[in-house]
Amino acid sequence: MFKVRVRLEREDFVLDALIEQQEPGVVALFGRSGCGKTTLLNVIAGLLKAQQSYVEIDGTVLEDSAHGVYVRSEQRRVGYVFQDARLFPHLDVAANLKYGWRRAGQRTVGSLSFEEVVQLLGLEGLLRRRPHQLSGGERQRVALGRALLSHPRVLLLDEPLASLDAARRDEVLPYLERLRDELAIPMLYVSHQFDEVLRLATHVVLMQEGRTVTQGALDTISLHPALRAIVGPDAVGAVLNGRVELADGSTGLAAVRVGENVLHVAVPAARPGAHVRVQLLARDVILATVRPEGLSVRNVLSGSVARIVEDDSDTDLVYVDIGGPLVLARVTRAASLSLALRPGAPVWVLVKSVSIRGHAYVTEAAPPVVTTGSA
Amino acid sequence: MALRSVLWSLPFAMLVAWLLARSRLRGRMLLDVLVHLPLVLPPVVVGYLLLVVFGTQGVLGGWLLERFGIQLVFTSAGAALATAVMSFPLVVRAIRLSLEAVDPGLEEAARTLGAGPWDRFFTVTLPLMLPGVLAGSVVAFAAGLGQFGAVITFAANIPGETRTLPLALYTALQTPGGEALAARLAAISIALGLLGLAAAELLMRRARSLLGR
Repeated sequence: MFKVRVRLEREDFVLDALIEQQEPGVVALFGRSGCGKTTLLNVIAGLLKAQQSYVEIDGTVLEDSAHGVYVRSEQRRVGYVFQDARLFPHLDVAANLKYGWRRAGQRTVGSLSFEEVVQLLGLEGLLRRRPHQLSGGERQRVALGRALLSHPRVLLLDEPLASLDAARRDEVLPYLERLRDELAIPMLYVSHQFDEVLRLATHVVLMQEGRTVTQGALDTISLHPALRAIVGPDAVGAVLNGRVELADGSTGLAAVRVGENVLHVAVPAARPGAHVRVQLLARDVILATVRPEGLSVRNVLSGSVARIVEDDSDTDLVYVDIGGPLVLARVTRAASLSLALRPGAPVWVLVKSVSIRGHAYVTEAAPPVVTTGSA
Repeated sequence: MALRSVLWSLPFAMLVAWLLARSRLRGRMLLDVLVHLPLVLPPVVVGYLLLVVFGTQGVLGGWLLERFGIQLVFTSAGAALATAVMSFPLVVRAIRLSLEAVDPGLEEAARTLGAGPWDRFFTVTLPLMLPGVLAGSVVAFAAGLGQFGAVITFAANIPGETRTLPLALYTALQTPGGEALAARLAAISIALGLLGLAAAELLMRRARSLLGR
């Protein structure tokens, strides 16, 4: 789907990026603000020229500096959703939506007509309004629709939620999930919020100071030291893929099978068989050397210490193998010494169910996400 | 005649404004100075320079007369030209300001939506700068009505041909018993000026409320 290699040099900044992702889905470009994510996106969109570049999307080469290939931005068919929406202020919502749609020959989006896209994004009541009469969330939904209707081969999303408050973000996120699940358009999603990545992405590319550090599936990347460096000690934690085995409608708790273990987590409206993604924040995971009795903690998993990494001056990050996937636990050095933790030692992993909250998911196409409540 | 001068100078003014606002041309400074020159020169000097360039013996004027039989000196077309040159800085200024107020990000958005350069200009840039352009033109029109020095130098004061409002006013004052006519002309002049300014202000307000600023 994506094959991008870009090198761009400026006086005070070097962008050196490589994205290779063959499977369809949502690729998240994750890194701190100012690490070059938007610059990379602009090169891919053809709005910025790099010294060396190769951009291939969905089998089509848009740019290849070695062979003098350069498709102009207006001919690339990239649906770009900007952080600040950039709706045309002199046009109403309907005219904004039709801007790209007309120029793309009024084609359907996948199998969706113009009206169906409007419906999918909940824009029916906004068509006659002007951009300055819209809320931030509505603006982003219109921008999303405008990009979608231009019949793009890829959607480039540049932190579409960054300028919104928490309530507005929760208003737009479900629409993004719907696009991911219902349309087969590859997406490149730029973000510096890991919880967005957790909810939306199927793959992650980590960026630091203009360079792409590593990339891969979310569960693999969640254990990478570079991620810890970007998100900080409190947001780091293993991401596990699982499937709902049993859903208890009355308690809202679901039994999710992860490898050899079963996790009890709250997943509203979960159905048996549904894919679920769970993040166990390292700081919420408790370790014990003997199986504890008489605790309220519902999740007690057996495992063994895989490795111990010094996190900072007085804490350790302990990687625990729970029969396949790894779980991260953040413990104080004092605790890790008194428990005599060392690679190979058997441990019990404890996670409270109530500290894990889930989101409702309908499709099985992409793994849904469950995050710990303190995230 | 003032209208004619505005209409003629608009496309050029847009081009110059574009160059000044968007391009990274090397002669930008020079162009900027050149455009603003009529603002600081005595109008008579501008009229004189026009005579030198566009007079029947002038570099361009001679060529125009020979090739196309167009004579600018002492004609209404010449008066329009002189007015256009004098009001050019005003128009360029207004257009440049309104162009700089257009967010280039919107043009980028139009690009990714499949709009080529001309398409972008006519569907995004121009509509967004239109209020500024119109307001600038109205002011230029009103100022054009008052051109005196450059016109009388370049196109003279021929009744029915190049006699503009201020020229007529001046002539009336020089004529014995012309005070009543002068007063009437002055009143017209004031009314036109006020109307122009009011129209410009109105246009700006409409545009602002339309864009929600």
